[in-house]
Amino acid sequence: MAVRLKAVLPYVLLILLSIVFLFPFLWLVMTSLKTPEEILKFPPTIFPEKVQWSNYQAAVEAIPFTKYMMNTFLICILNIIGQLLSAPLVAYSISRIPWKGRKVIFTIVVATMILPAQVQMIPQYIIFTNLGWVNTIVPLTIGAFFGAPFFIFLLRQFLLGVPMELSEAAKIDGASELRIYARIILPILKPALATVALFSFVWSYVDFMGPLIYLNDSAKWTITVGLQSFQQDHGAQWEKLMAASTIMAVPMILIYFFGQKYFMKSGSALTGFK
Amino acid sequence: MNASAPVHSPRPKARWSRKERRYFWLGLAFASPWIVGFLAFTVYPFFGSLYLSLTEYDLFSTPRWVGLQNYENILQDDRFYTSLGNTFFMAFVSVPITLAASLLIAVVLNFKARGINYYRTIFYLPSVIPIVASALLWTWMLNPDFGLVNMALRAFGLPDPAWLLDPRYTKPSLILMSLWGSGAGALIFLAALQGVPKQYYEAAQVDGAGAWHRFWKITLPALSPIILFQLIMGLIGAFQIFTESYILAGGKADGGSLGGPEQSLLFYAVNLYQEAFVFLKMGYASALAWILFIIVLLMTLLLLKTSGRWVYYGGE
Repeated sequence: MAVRLKAVLPYVLLILLSIVFLFPFLWLVMTSLKTPEEILKFPPTIFPEKVQWSNYQAAVEAIPFTKYMMNTFLICILNIIGQLLSAPLVAYSISRIPWKGRKVIFTIVVATMILPAQVQMIPQYIIFTNLGWVNTIVPLTIGAFFGAPFFIFLLRQFLLGVPMELSEAAKIDGASELRIYARIILPILKPALATVALFSFVWSYVDFMGPLIYLNDSAKWTITVGLQSFQQDHGAQWEKLMAASTIMAVPMILIYFFGQKYFMKSGSALTGFK
Repeated sequence: MNASAPVHSPRPKARWSRKERRYFWLGLAFASPWIVGFLAFTVYPFFGSLYLSLTEYDLFSTPRWVGLQNYENILQDDRFYTSLGNTFFMAFVSVPITLAASLLIAVVLNFKARGINYYRTIFYLPSVIPIVASALLWTWMLNPDFGLVNMALRAFGLPDPAWLLDPRYTKPSLILMSLWGSGAGALIFLAALQGVPKQYYEAAQVDGAGAWHRFWKITLPALSPIILFQLIMGLIGAFQIFTESYILAGGKADGGSLGGPEQSLLFYAVNLYQEAFVFLKMGYASALAWILFIIVLLMTLLLLKTSGRWVYYGGE
């Protein structure tokens, strides 16, 4: 009997936990399909009496969702390009070029990973104000072109596992460092670069404080700020808010399903971080 | 940790060989994007905010030197203490609770149950939802009258608090939300759990150690480096809590309702944002930022210092 219980218990726990974790999603989608009257019905219902797909159209038009999505995607794409151009270069420098100073650079990269952003936030804002870049997307994208510490760290971890012999053979053939980087290392790095692109997209997509601080003009808002502003002005329209939240979550869920192995990669890189 | 250290690029000296010199310039060239960004967007702002913290500055007039006045004012400011208290609550209550939940999920996942990949996906899913969206969802879930949580509580005959409207329940509301996101930490723990050598468990079983004993004597010590890492990240994260509070408190652009009922959701980063970007007290906010930096630095160093007593690094 005890053996039976031991075999079954994990499953029971896992199923119960799964229900608890999934229920908010169900509630999100079900609310987005109800009429305003049904939402405020007492006692509350879980499934809508009549499915209201029109809530989605109403939400998209009221917010204006499409415009904010386009703004958001532009920022995301520029961030991906920036990180892909810079982060692997720096990771290559500190992991595959035997130069004095690379240890110092690596130490600082790791230290800045845990430096609270608030410490630099105000002077950065003043710099961007003086350059006339506030209310443009420049402050939200330019940083990517200098390489994020987390990505540099991630790519370095990956590069440590790539045998040096690969580069040495090419060096004997007279290939330059830049050529080795572009022709040999970058192709090997592809899966790790996909991880960088994915995370870069996700971070820009979910960012709230950055756009809140830097974008004043509502025509330039991203989806996070747009949705928050909608909540503030029309707080009680839960069916529209939940419909908009659902659409907003869809790209992240898709990215997660299709890029799951890349997400896991960052997890294993982190566990190697002692 | 010493992020303030400027990059002392060792100058190529005459005794360097040609090869060393060549590598030095090559390495420097490859690292240059980061070095430029580090100088412009980290080092300069880092010392810039230290300077600003000693001035009064509203973004429009020139900064006026006030010495330590901002720091003195902060120590007299009720909002500072409220935000610090709320943040410490999150750091020392919410973070450990969430970590424990992550660990629990990881241990259950590690039972090698069939379909483990499905469960893994389910538990991680909440973590991929943008905070703005999940905070809106939880605002609705925790609605006192029509929310799912109170609906369930009432069904079991339990008390149904007003959650986000009741200052005693606003932070527990945030804990509920972060528990929903505990799957992300669970996957990191799970990866580490799978790295624990099986022989340890087999040897313990031979010695007749029970499951509970094995957990305390093998699993926890083996995971301790990851626990330390997640604890440090969690503490630093607590000092950055912003978006959740902004949405759950139904933040207005003019800062009217930032902080929620009776300022119970006024966290350190929220207070700092408010001083800087709502009240335009850039000098005062910079002083807040430096106090934040020093607190986080001290907490991290303290954890690392004391970690020798409870963190075990496997022989490698």
